[in-house]
Amino acid sequence: MTHTASPQTFSSTGRDTFVGSPLSRIDGPAKVTGLAKYAGEFAAPGLAYGCIVSSAIAKGRIVAIDAAKAEAVPGVLKVITHENRPRTAWRDKNFQDAVAPPGSPFRALYDDLIAFSGQPVALVVAEDFETARHAASLVHVTYAAQEPETDLEAMRGEAYDPPTKREGIKPPPKPWGDADAAFGSAPVRVQEGYSLAIEHHNPMEPHASTVVVEADGTYTVYDKVQGVSNSQQYLAGVFGLKPDQVRVLNPYLGGGFGSGLRPQYQLFLAMLAAQELKRSVRVTLTRDQMWSFTYRPEALQTIALGAERDGRLVALRHDAIHGTSHYEDYQEVVVNWSGVLYRCDNVALTYGLVKVDTPTPGDMRAPGAVSGVFAIETAMDELAYAAGIDPIALRLKNYAESDATAGGKPFGSKELKNCFTQGAERFGWAKRTPEPRSMRDGRELVGWGVATGVWESMMMQSSAIATLTPDGRLTVGNSTGDIGTGTYTILTQIAADTLGLPMDAVTTKLGDTRLPEAPVAGGSWTAASSGTAVMKACRNVGEQVFKLARGLENSPLANVDFDRAVFADGRIGVAGDPGRSVSLVEVLQAAGVDKVEAVEQAGPDKDFNQAFEAYTHSAVFVEVKVDEELGQVRVTRVVSAIAAGKVLNPKTARSQILGGVVMGIGSALEEESMLDHRIGRFMNHNLGEYHVPVNADIYDIDVIFVDEEDKANPLGVKGLGEIGIVGTAAAITNAVFHATGKRVRHLPITVDKLL
Amino acid sequence: MNRFDYVRAGTVAEAVQAFGAGARFIAGGTNLIDLMKYDVEKPGRLIDITRLPLDKIEDHGNGLRIGALATNAKVAYDDRVAERYPLLRNAILAGASAQLRNAASTGGNLLQRTRCYYFYDTATACNKREPGSGCPAIGGMNRIHAIFGTSDQCIATHPSDMCIALAALEATVQVSGPQGERSIPFAEFHRLPGDKPEVDTNLAPGEIIVAVDLPESRFPQHYTYLKLRDRLSYAFALVSVAAGLELDGDRVKTARLALGGVAHKPWRNRDAEALLEGKPATRETFEAAADLIVSEAKPQSENGFKIDLARRAIVRGLEQAAAGTPQSLSDKRIQ
Repeated sequence: MTHTASPQTFSSTGRDTFVGSPLSRIDGPAKVTGLAKYAGEFAAPGLAYGCIVSSAIAKGRIVAIDAAKAEAVPGVLKVITHENRPRTAWRDKNFQDAVAPPGSPFRALYDDLIAFSGQPVALVVAEDFETARHAASLVHVTYAAQEPETDLEAMRGEAYDPPTKREGIKPPPKPWGDADAAFGSAPVRVQEGYSLAIEHHNPMEPHASTVVVEADGTYTVYDKVQGVSNSQQYLAGVFGLKPDQVRVLNPYLGGGFGSGLRPQYQLFLAMLAAQELKRSVRVTLTRDQMWSFTYRPEALQTIALGAERDGRLVALRHDAIHGTSHYEDYQEVVVNWSGVLYRCDNVALTYGLVKVDTPTPGDMRAPGAVSGVFAIETAMDELAYAAGIDPIALRLKNYAESDATAGGKPFGSKELKNCFTQGAERFGWAKRTPEPRSMRDGRELVGWGVATGVWESMMMQSSAIATLTPDGRLTVGNSTGDIGTGTYTILTQIAADTLGLPMDAVTTKLGDTRLPEAPVAGGSWTAASSGTAVMKACRNVGEQVFKLARGLENSPLANVDFDRAVFADGRIGVAGDPGRSVSLVEVLQAAGVDKVEAVEQAGPDKDFNQAFEAYTHSAVFVEVKVDEELGQVRVTRVVSAIAAGKVLNPKTARSQILGGVVMGIGSALEEESMLDHRIGRFMNHNLGEYHVPVNADIYDIDVIFVDEEDKANPLGVKGLGEIGIVGTAAAITNAVFHATGKRVRHLPITVDKLL
Repeated sequence: MNRFDYVRAGTVAEAVQAFGAGARFIAGGTNLIDLMKYDVEKPGRLIDITRLPLDKIEDHGNGLRIGALATNAKVAYDDRVAERYPLLRNAILAGASAQLRNAASTGGNLLQRTRCYYFYDTATACNKREPGSGCPAIGGMNRIHAIFGTSDQCIATHPSDMCIALAALEATVQVSGPQGERSIPFAEFHRLPGDKPEVDTNLAPGEIIVAVDLPESRFPQHYTYLKLRDRLSYAFALVSVAAGLELDGDRVKTARLALGGVAHKPWRNRDAEALLEGKPATRETFEAAADLIVSEAKPQSENGFKIDLARRAIVRGLEQAAAGTPQSLSDKRIQ
């Protein structure tokens, strides 16, 4: 999809004309007017509709599938099951997408084995959606059910260290010192268990794929995914296609939160049916089917903190286990954060998995950090009370100036202290009386809590294209997705500033495998990765245009070196010599070229990464009001102070933090996928009974961006998509304790836990 | 979702006549369509009653007659309702969302089906959905289930907010059916699950609700609808309290109290109401009534907290009603 900013008036005064400005997102009008199309909305001639039949059991075998009634419905084209499915590739590696954890990826309709409740067991394809849905309800499946095992608590003893580590996920560091001995002799101790319930991502847009069979036999695929290249590679691997036979697009994402990182089974099924029927097919998941793949695993954690009486940590132990499927070892970073945040001489961090009969869990906004930082930041609050120290003072006393989990490497930048200072000032922390139950507002108890947030700052190998045409228009893009974060907007800002053009002269294209390859949009790495690639491509274009300009007859830039060139107001000028300049349009027209184009790569800076560790940080301050008698909690005020490098667009950046905080409120108070362990099934699989915050739950949220200079990439950005959620749940838990004197260690804090 | 016939009725008689096995009347459809999408309801025929002339709200004797097709929004924002039956208005506005209230009808609200997870999930057993198949909510995920009037067949709750107020207001349901017209006192409209949990109400097959009658207004000052739930809006009640009081000085003259989210029907306890009457309107009195009500409660594996929560909510609700400070709908702070 392409996006061009609406005409706006700006005066170009220097390099950062648009970067750093609170511009509205340029895809906003398309989204609010309904012009923006999502994967399940693209039409094609002769489009057929697939409807998935989901397994009623969590474990066992399919004994028989009776599809006769479904096949007899007029308009039904085909009922595909494991018994009649077309052949595909069979090696695991063909099914392993770019984000797959170690293991043997799930294959829909592969055989008669059932590995999780809600597993697809048949696809009914019909001429229209209503027929497909009706016929799907007539497919009768007979199972031989076995007793599923999904109760992590009961299976604690089966935890194991994953033999193959997941790429990009740091396993816990080796312990240092002797945490257990130091804990045993510490004068102040806290040792408790913590957990956060299983959560499902539940983006507004359900997962959907539309596979269009083109006249030349190639495929155009619209897929709900956070990176089209991943889907293209998956389809190529599974169906034996060459990359140029399958083009994948996804112009917009109606929310992902990580659920769209991996190609999901509806994509496989839509392509399977399209090949089998030789016609275009769309498959859209129902809301309850959104509980049949990926989730944030519940991490059962234990933390032991030992400290001197002055609060100095002498022992830190953080142990965590969480579930994974029988077929893949999903891994996330849960315990390392404790070692990153706090300086301590005796540290042990452990992490294990337990096989449960569910689909493979997956990355969900700040995977691992949401659970792990909740635990350590709640435990630190408990330690503050045990030692009788202000929770901020305790954190500053144990402040890590280097990353002990990486052998003591320094941080590239870390302005967390300023987050505490500025956040506390804005929040009014100094007025807090530390004693629990000491603050009231009428009938309600008032609680103020604080916690730290931390997330990795990452950059991934990305490419981007920039094309300048003689009409003065610049087009940039790559295959990554704008997952709602504002990527279209910030890339346009970067491109406009790099070549000194107005926003509305720049068109940004994303989410199309015909564009240069970029990774999935996740991990908060897109601004750094795609932003740098776009900047480099634009610089390259600028340099080419500059060379053309210098070669013109009577060029005003004659004998000027490129490092003195200044791009502003659609012109190339000379630093310190305002009289000399030439417009980009004139140069291209005079040179007689139809375009100037460049594709550039950007990737992590190896020298920087060897010298430094890179994280974003936050200090989250929360006020809750609790009706003590009735256990009702309101989060009346949040101040989130963020240190995340340079902020490209304060408006879209603030929205990222607001969204993260709201999701954190959900984690703390509401979100919980309820597993009935007797049948291994999530029972509240609809948005009426799986609660996420609504407007009424949200009061004031104040976001502060603390100045932070970082050199990991030329833009100085560190990523913002995830840091807003991290720490929020702990700050709420701590505020609830301050209000009520009740320490809730197992989220969500529902009313029953406060009575 | 199954295929179905669709007919549109022009008169109540036509609607009743069109009814047969597997038929369902449809008005707002805010619950029925959901249930059809989940394959919980598979009607062979939908009888569209939205064109029937049943959407009026009219004075009726000393009370008010609310047509079965008056939308929840229309009722909630009716001046007479606001003035004379603010308890009803508040209960309606505590439920669903503005969009749903614009579509949902009064009659349909009475016929809402339970939100029990198992009832909604055709992959599981459910005596209400498939009689005799079993009740996995017992011993399963039953945090939201009933504490009063359960049976070994079913522990589901009735989900409506509006009906809790109607129970406290002692409304009467006017119905029309193959056998003619009749009136059903609100307390007798919904039923307990017993050994027939598949039957939610005492409507006979083919009977259609035509109106809900409210008796003369008694609680325009001293009332509240207090709803406790897992988030501050757009969630079904864990426990809700509809309270209406007539005070004589600082004594309770009349008390009507109904609880939502705790039983298969709006839950009333006449003994507790009698206990309140004639007593001073104090916390002590309210606690005595609350204790009496919850003494009949029976917890399931995960919903024992509801007993304590109900007790506390009853006391607070009665305090709000007595003080004339009903629970605000815009401010989520509990008064």
